[in-house]
Amino acid sequence: MGRKLLLEKAHVPGIRNYDVYRREGGYRSVEKAFKTMSPDQVTEEVKKSGLRGRGGAGFPAGMKWSFLAKPEGVPRYLVCNADESEPGTFKDRYLMEFIPHLLIEGLIVSSYALGSNKTFIYIRGEYAWIVDILEQAIAEAKNNGFLGKNILGTGFDLDIYVQRGAGAYICGEETALLESLEGKRGNPRIKPPFPAVKGLWDCPTVVNNVETIAAVVPIINITGEEYAKIGVGKSTGTKLISACGNINKPGVYEIDMTISVEEFIYSDEYCGGIAHGKRLKACIPGGSSVPILPANLLLKTAKGENRMMNYESLSDGGFATGTMMGSGGFIVLDEDQCVVRNTLTLARFYRHESCGQCSPCREGTGWMEKILKNIEYGKGKKSDIDLLWDIQRKIEGNTICPLGDAAAWPVAAAIRHFRDEFEWHVQYPNAAQNRNYGLAHYADPLPVASAPKA
Amino acid sequence: MAQFSDEKLKKVNEIIARYPAGKQKSALIPVLHVAQEEFGGWLSSETMDYVASLLKLEPIEVYEVATFYSMYNLKPVGKYVFEVCQTGPCMINGSDEIIEYIKDKLGIKVGETTADGLFTLKTVECLGACGYAPMMQLGKHYREHLTKEKIDAIINECERNAVTNN
Amino acid sequence: MAEEKKLFKVTIDNITVEVEPGTSILNAARMIGGEVAPPAMCYYSKLKGSGGKCRTCLVEVAAGSTADPRPMPKLVASCRTNVMDGMIVKNITSERVQDARKGVVEMLLINHPLDCPVCDQAGECHLQDLSYEHGAEGTRYEFPRRTFEKHNLGPYIQLHMTRCILCYRCVFTADQLTNKRVHGVLDRGDHAEIATYIEKALDNDFIGNVIDVCPVGALTDKTFRFKNRVWFLKPEDAHRDCPKCSGKVTLWYRGDEVFRVTGRKDEWGELHDWICNDCRFEKKKTSDWVIDGPTKVSRHSVISANHYVDTVKPHEALPEVMGGRNPRLLMDIHDVSEVNKPNIDLSKIPGPAHSNDFKKKD
Repeated sequence: MGRKLLLEKAHVPGIRNYDVYRREGGYRSVEKAFKTMSPDQVTEEVKKSGLRGRGGAGFPAGMKWSFLAKPEGVPRYLVCNADESEPGTFKDRYLMEFIPHLLIEGLIVSSYALGSNKTFIYIRGEYAWIVDILEQAIAEAKNNGFLGKNILGTGFDLDIYVQRGAGAYICGEETALLESLEGKRGNPRIKPPFPAVKGLWDCPTVVNNVETIAAVVPIINITGEEYAKIGVGKSTGTKLISACGNINKPGVYEIDMTISVEEFIYSDEYCGGIAHGKRLKACIPGGSSVPILPANLLLKTAKGENRMMNYESLSDGGFATGTMMGSGGFIVLDEDQCVVRNTLTLARFYRHESCGQCSPCREGTGWMEKILKNIEYGKGKKSDIDLLWDIQRKIEGNTICPLGDAAAWPVAAAIRHFRDEFEWHVQYPNAAQNRNYGLAHYADPLPVASAPKA
Repeated sequence: MAQFSDEKLKKVNEIIARYPAGKQKSALIPVLHVAQEEFGGWLSSETMDYVASLLKLEPIEVYEVATFYSMYNLKPVGKYVFEVCQTGPCMINGSDEIIEYIKDKLGIKVGETTADGLFTLKTVECLGACGYAPMMQLGKHYREHLTKEKIDAIINECERNAVTNN
Repeated sequence: MAEEKKLFKVTIDNITVEVEPGTSILNAARMIGGEVAPPAMCYYSKLKGSGGKCRTCLVEVAAGSTADPRPMPKLVASCRTNVMDGMIVKNITSERVQDARKGVVEMLLINHPLDCPVCDQAGECHLQDLSYEHGAEGTRYEFPRRTFEKHNLGPYIQLHMTRCILCYRCVFTADQLTNKRVHGVLDRGDHAEIATYIEKALDNDFIGNVIDVCPVGALTDKTFRFKNRVWFLKPEDAHRDCPKCSGKVTLWYRGDEVFRVTGRKDEWGELHDWICNDCRFEKKKTSDWVIDGPTKVSRHSVISANHYVDTVKPHEALPEVMGGRNPRLLMDIHDVSEVNKPNIDLSKIPGPAHSNDFKKKD
């Protein structure tokens, strides 16, 4: 069984309350950091840990922290990104609901490292009840001297506020989040300048995902060096995976990134296999924007090796045969799922969530949705498939923020790997209304590409 | 014109106090939430103008924001708003059937409100409950692992609450 | 002796120029001029914060700088990316750029109504120019085009939301020239629109400038609506002693009659000076103005095609076909007639209107 660093205590009865959390060893990292470490030493530990941002992009957290500008007399801010909205992703919600003090503890240590005296948790508006849970945890921490003025006699002041969004996926993009936090429309900003230089109210700002911040707690407790020993390669530490779709045991799992995708799907410790005894057809392993893979490419890389649940292995083969770790939203599709329909719902999602600033994304996402709708409802043409490919190609990379890419990739990957299914929809429009394409050849073993000799 | 009670005004001022001086615009999204809860579940232009005056903003700044975010209702809605998720992970777990069932049961289309003003049906995009699909938001909370039976029970529960609350 | 400021060398399409640090790639390219300057639909040098959105000015950075000569992986918006010393940029010499730009133009056009024959902006429309230079001959978009509810912005400014490309220039204009903005971008994504939310007239002294900054026919001069095609008019630079603005304008004549007044524009279509509403809408007599001489019009412009050199009124064909009657104003048929159910919006009909469109039950 893999090591747990975040959720180990998540199911201790009463862990939501300060007393229980503290009894179980909570807030030790604050004491350790405040009493024995300088802010720069905390940053150094996070760098050593190799922790990568858990929101989706996987950028090294310590490096992001070290970019923070520190001009004299200008406040700096830490903003926690709890705007979890990527379809398939519900890990931050789980963490905040079950063990809210872990996030607060991580925020205190991180704010200390970055010199933020006012830290905001920007949470998606729909998670309304979690706001109460977090605010209670903040009040308890404050009552016990871990927040407020002169924390632990260090002279460091900190207040944490929870700010609700109001329904906009785009606010998970860090500069759109900052705009929203400033009371504006969630239009992503043009970079540079990056938030580390000009962020919230034009002040230097770090924006980190909930899970990233929570991981700072074990890093300080066990040291960055020890944290880096968990996992493999550049995938250090543990990662929360939210598994959903057609599996026996949907839920949030903490993995140490050394297990295989096959083990994750079929072992009883994790997903418990495909529901209703069906067969695996496809999977989107990192949230809706990462490329969907057919069963065969999901379980084995093009080189014929087992695909593992970590950043490197999931992206092995690039977009041609691989995918991405993303936010850890693991969506499993069984043999009776229709890839066209699934792609349509995702295209509709991105059309709905486009902020409308950049022309390719504003116009292209709607166009893709309309064409997919035609194909799904038996009105598609064969040329539509090539047209879709061309539209996604013209959105990708040509927009201010990554939403354009996020909208393009699912369509591209679906056509790349499931073209037969799209063609079947076009060729047999009536049949496609009554039954699905089924598993077809998508789980067949792949011929192993002969590895080029070095 | 409707105004916040003293208690709500206090809350609004607490929110404004979180931000540096002159950055009260940051309070806009939270204050619009308070206003929507307070004034019948939706934001009329009068309500938005009132919020603009509280935060010393031009009304257009409030309209721009209120129309951007999907949680603000700009038209009156029923007492209970069913916001059913229809994105990928919910779809592969049968959200389409759930939406059809609610439409039949309440006799309304998506976006409509029942004649008695009790129920509004909306479809929404991913709410972050993919492991507990199909699901919907009802007020502050999520209703998950939806089945037709559960929908029946929820509708009954709302109808009962509506009677006792009147 | 003052130290000489270090200039940055930047090479765009194999032409090297020296520019001040802090100059954007687009402005460096404009210094070279001609085709090397990327098209810009949303950037406006006089409006702070503008640019970055339309994506027509994307260029390829083949080398970031002398210090770090790595290429940038993605195409960048030249209007919002500053040059570095030794940067090498490809615009018309990059196939990637040409392909991406063609894609952007297609995206801008899929929902554009293509009602140029009845659009007052025709002839001075940046989207027309862009389509001519970079667009495809036909469209691959087979769906009904987007429509919006109509909004009335008052007596001076006509809004056609269907033509809008959401450049945000008019929003920046209102923010930066007026003390009270009443219009903005509402809603989001593909149904975002320019509007006031509750019907309000735009009546600030300087709000008329939104007409000149609009790159398309979304915001046009209501006092000039349907009065004439711009290429039948003769532009003359003129000025007056205006207490509110510089008073430097262009008068657009037909014969000796001033049909409209606009600000003076440079070769990139940007205003030299903002002008006030009085100058724009109220001063339409030659006696209001001191004439400076004919406006220099680019030889490539459709406006120069009229070879209209003096103030002799050209031959008017209209009275001949109208039995001697000379209408002062050509109006939208629905403004004057109940013919063809007026609740049918012609702009919502894809393609030419057909009798079936009018027989359809609503």
